[in-house]
Amino acid sequence: MLRSDYLLSQLDVLEAESIHVFREVAAEFERPVLLFSGGKDSCVMLRIAEKAFWPARIPFPVMHVDTGHNFPEVIEFRDHRVGELGVRLVVASVQESIDSGRVVEEKGRSASRNRLQTTTLLDALEEGRNDAVFGGARRDEEKARAKERVFSFRDEFGQWDPKNQRPELWSLYNTRIQPGEHIRVFPLSNWTELDVWQYIEREDMEIPSIYFAHTRNVFERDGLLLADGPYVSRSDDEPVFEATVRYRTVGDMTCTGAVESKAGTVEDIITEIAATRVTERGQTRADDKTSEAAMEDRKREGYF
Amino acid sequence: MVTGRMDILRFATAGSVDDGKSTLIGRLLYDSKAIFEDQLEAVERTSRDRGDEYTDLALLTDGLRAEREQGITIDVAYRYFATPRRKFIIADTPGHIQYTRNMVTGASTADLAIVLVDARKGLLEQSRRHAFLVSLLRVPHLVLCVNKMDLVDYDQQVFEQIKDEFTAFATKLNVPDLTFVPMSALHGDNVVSRSDNMAWYDGPPLLHHLENLHIASDRNLVDVRFPVQYVVRPQSNAHHDYRGYAGQVAAGVLKPGDEVMHLPSGLTSRIAGIDTFNGTVDEAFPPMSVILRLEDDIDVSRGDMICRPHNAPTVAQDVEAMVSWMTPERTLRPRAKLAIKHTTSTARALVRDLQYRLDVNTLHRDEAATELRLNEIGRVSLRVTKPLFCDEYARNRTTGGFILIDEATNTTVGAGMIVGTE
Repeated sequence: MLRSDYLLSQLDVLEAESIHVFREVAAEFERPVLLFSGGKDSCVMLRIAEKAFWPARIPFPVMHVDTGHNFPEVIEFRDHRVGELGVRLVVASVQESIDSGRVVEEKGRSASRNRLQTTTLLDALEEGRNDAVFGGARRDEEKARAKERVFSFRDEFGQWDPKNQRPELWSLYNTRIQPGEHIRVFPLSNWTELDVWQYIEREDMEIPSIYFAHTRNVFERDGLLLADGPYVSRSDDEPVFEATVRYRTVGDMTCTGAVESKAGTVEDIITEIAATRVTERGQTRADDKTSEAAMEDRKREGYF
Repeated sequence: MVTGRMDILRFATAGSVDDGKSTLIGRLLYDSKAIFEDQLEAVERTSRDRGDEYTDLALLTDGLRAEREQGITIDVAYRYFATPRRKFIIADTPGHIQYTRNMVTGASTADLAIVLVDARKGLLEQSRRHAFLVSLLRVPHLVLCVNKMDLVDYDQQVFEQIKDEFTAFATKLNVPDLTFVPMSALHGDNVVSRSDNMAWYDGPPLLHHLENLHIASDRNLVDVRFPVQYVVRPQSNAHHDYRGYAGQVAAGVLKPGDEVMHLPSGLTSRIAGIDTFNGTVDEAFPPMSVILRLEDDIDVSRGDMICRPHNAPTVAQDVEAMVSWMTPERTLRPRAKLAIKHTTSTARALVRDLQYRLDVNTLHRDEAATELRLNEIGRVSLRVTKPLFCDEYARNRTTGGFILIDEATNTTVGAGMIVGTE
């Protein structure tokens, strides 16, 4: 920190704001929950939650929406981190939603459980009677997200109405809701991908191993490199080859693409990110490529 | 490569597509490599599909389906870019009068505001309105960008005339720092690099100004204000007796050993320590989020204020404020009861009086007004159910600002800036 002239670095300012958001929620809501995917953003979010309440423990549970199509490295990391922090883990299972008939598995070549997660998530939030839900979304990720509030209102159906958002001024957050409604809270709203990586480096944080370069069997589809694995139906004209890759985002194995990279350290990754000319979601997410408003539409329904 | 020492500048832009605002933002983002190829491709594709003659950069910022369909910016969009020196957060706000509330929102956190003027048209009603809102929200730095200079043959006289006219208008406002930049966002003149077409202009290009602007002195480091946000009590064996008061420093510098006063009790104590996860710190200043421990056992809870004994905020239940009304669903009228959130404190407020409604275009005060409607601004007297620990907004944007919430619908219906107390 740069104390002599009372200046803070951009990471210190962002962290201070995010801590403020966490404490505001803990003070004003009864049953918050933090959505943890094991991705780098949720790792940073959890880290800041740890800081916001220290020396006390994080005063709310962590929820993972488990599609059953996860990278095993990520699940391993999730369990390790949750154990370390001593927080309660709630696993909301998409498989259970399918088994109980709440949702129907998609069919076909690009079948994914991405969209099904929304139902699983909303059911779990209803069961947990959660009134505030922390998400790791950032405004620089996607243009619908660029317009979203830090405290984003959801009606009793979990829906987001982008045209009817509450004005949000200064750092005064309106936390009032009726029973059954909830607020999605995005403590990392003002962070960019580069900020996240610089913070991971500065804090010397652990993150799942799939973010670093490794060799993996992949195949190409619609310009993305998908991992060859048990959950992806691959056709014969999609040959598998071995490549040195890493993941820029962590999602389902079915819709998250890898990037060819030799970046083995956080420092390497930062160099790579600073030079890249493609957004992380554009490079790695099949789910956003469906249409110009794919994210807005999913968010309206209650997606992350 | 962006590393090392970097701070943050937040700025708001107001204007419509006609002013070249989107072109300007597009250029800042593109030249600083914050626009990526896939984003540009998506925009080019959409523009082509719609039959546009040129790529509409506004599509980069108009994120919502309704905005793209109607070709207008409705809501505040936040954009990010960085240079080696600074991270920039842009609050991109629509310029039309029916979106005044969005501009107020975007300006509330801004260090600087950019108001765009079309060189051919000169100052319009909307330019004056934008400048007034910037002044009302106490954005400390204003840059008037005289855009489309290419369309007036880069004529210095045009620029000087607009500059003189605006300077005269600004004397009626509270704008501590005013800068003028002649530019052509379309051609890149004076945006990122200096223009050869305007050798008569001896100032820096816009980005240079944004990068080098001194903002550290904008913070109030004198009047200690620490709104207590959350009480940390670990209730664990390792920290059995720990009791700390968490919050974000709103103003001033706090140090261990400093004598402090607690409000509402008026009791004094000393700071025993300032804690963070990373260890204790010697000083806390805005906008740090820290935990204070006090030497004495005082009953401190959320909504309370920690300050210095001889420099306390005003403790008032009756406040005078400029209120920006933000809902179409109801109007603000005398006798209305609303919830109020001010720093970390929530209470109820009664509207005692609407003193006048301000015409945001002419600054005329209409004292006969009986209500404030959506996007209107007026001076209001409020009675609050419990004392607020507040300062004039001009002195402290954190302890001087509040929001009003409708108690039935729970929506945020107004934003207030305290101008006085009784």
